[in-house]
Amino acid sequence: MVRRTVRGLTAWAGDHPPPGPFRRTWWRSPLRGPWLTAVLGSVLLVGIPVVIVTGLVSYLAYEPELPGNDKTPGKGLLGFYLAGWTTEPRWLYRLTQGVHVLLGLALVPVVLAKLWSVLPRLFVWPPVRSPAQLVERLTLLLLVGGILFEIVTGVTNIQNWYVWGFSFYTAHLYGGWVMIGAFAAHVAVKLPVMLRTLRARPLRAELRTDLAHTEPEPPDEDGLAPVAPGPPTISRRGALAVVGGGSLLVLATSVGQSIDPLRWTALMAPRGRTGDGGPNDFPVNKTAEYRGITADQVAAGVWRLELVDGDQRVELSRDELLAMEQHTYELPISCVEGWSTSQTWTGVRLRDLARLVGVPDPGPARVTSLQQGGAFGAASFSADQVLNPASLLALRVNGADLSLDHGFPARVIVPAAPGVYCTKWVGQVDFRLGASA
Amino acid sequence: VSRLRRWYGAGPLHALATVVAALVSGYALTRFGTDAPWVDLGLWFVGSVVLHDLVLAPLYALADRSLLAVLRHRRPATGAAAPAVPVVNHLRVPALLSGLLLLLWAPLVLRLTEGYEPITGEPVEVYLPRWLGISAVLFAGSAVVYALRLRRAARRRRS
Repeated sequence: MVRRTVRGLTAWAGDHPPPGPFRRTWWRSPLRGPWLTAVLGSVLLVGIPVVIVTGLVSYLAYEPELPGNDKTPGKGLLGFYLAGWTTEPRWLYRLTQGVHVLLGLALVPVVLAKLWSVLPRLFVWPPVRSPAQLVERLTLLLLVGGILFEIVTGVTNIQNWYVWGFSFYTAHLYGGWVMIGAFAAHVAVKLPVMLRTLRARPLRAELRTDLAHTEPEPPDEDGLAPVAPGPPTISRRGALAVVGGGSLLVLATSVGQSIDPLRWTALMAPRGRTGDGGPNDFPVNKTAEYRGITADQVAAGVWRLELVDGDQRVELSRDELLAMEQHTYELPISCVEGWSTSQTWTGVRLRDLARLVGVPDPGPARVTSLQQGGAFGAASFSADQVLNPASLLALRVNGADLSLDHGFPARVIVPAAPGVYCTKWVGQVDFRLGASA
Repeated sequence: VSRLRRWYGAGPLHALATVVAALVSGYALTRFGTDAPWVDLGLWFVGSVVLHDLVLAPLYALADRSLLAVLRHRRPATGAAAPAVPVVNHLRVPALLSGLLLLLWAPLVLRLTEGYEPITGEPVEVYLPRWLGISAVLFAGSAVVYALRLRRAARRRRS
């Protein structure tokens, strides 16, 4: 009896939607329909996993498992794959993080178009028809909320606009996992529908259809296609071209941030600089002034590098470091924000410094900066990273002394390490990290 | 099983997928480590959905409908015949692309990001003129394409 009443009420409510967007006649665009949604969905089905994987790789590259590095002590099972980071190939982090940020940016217009294509679903009436629909709508809130959250935190972070009340590093990671769960469920539920829809309407035929021949898709049970379509003002291929053009425009005005000869083309991306062309003319993560470093602190006769191994301590001036065997490598420095640059660094090998303080066979080491504040004033490296011949305490770049903004008197450069770990204004290197841990 | 299926409204794969999603997402939320992760992240999640679905999308839909209405009503007033090539997409496309760039880079273009200059040592004021310049090129390019299409249509009509 009760059940029949509920069913009767639901049926009645379904037939009497409130006015406005809850009525299917409100949605007029003749382009909306399962096919358009499926095409946009198939692009995201390829693109989003690449952004997810490169993002998870970045977390791996930060080596949270080394003592002192972990900003996410609560990670629990989410750190299941952490197993150290590599130093080869040297351009690996440059590639993965460049792809993460650039592809993430380029997918924004696709995400927006996809959301536009399914917008009538938000106002579906009655809002809940079955338990399945209720849980699906809740996972969609996690999915859409998660994707928008990742886009907003990522896009504002690369512009140094810190508007949220929490750490970007942790929020982008955990927010990402919330999205991953919902994304996987959405794919599992919708993949068969997507494939069926794509097969029913060949892409090639649709790409040959001009405005004059553009027909609305027939009304579908999901309510994506309009029941009362207006006249088309753009063809479906035209709409897809606009979305793709948006992605290309975003890429064209940002990709230079990761490719040195094209840096001048990064018109909209942060740090798309064209400076004086000197040896120190490449992007700076944080300036010396911002990190409270003064010229007095690092002046000759004041600054000393401290090497530590337990009770053993050795202090070196910059001249003494310059008197050691110097090595030169061309190595990229790649920021989590996506920009990167390859420069020629000259300095002392980290493993030679270890030998100086009586550690012939170094394990993990921790490098500490003189800088004030900031979450990355120190970084721990694995034994593999310390032992790599190209891992340097760099004193010079492109044949000139490091500028103060680039870490004078000395900075670390480790192949394939995230840029923020290439600590500037180094004050101390502790080679006893492995023993104390 | 079929009664359960009728009550639930979908098959077992649907239920399994949503349960797995809920577990992964819920676990990530509990790991966030702040005192009230549901509030901290939840507010941002719901907030960004509301901002997109109920502010941004209605705004661009309204702008598009207004554009279409203006183009439709202008014609009888000027007494002109319908143009051989519709102008609407030559306005829509550059406006959309320019809007996309503004949406992504608003913190730089509108100088909302106070941190940018002290952190990077680079000027933030270059971004507004660059965005305006790119937008100008997009609109100008669209106008040139429109002129070419008009000419082609006129030639076709004459011949």
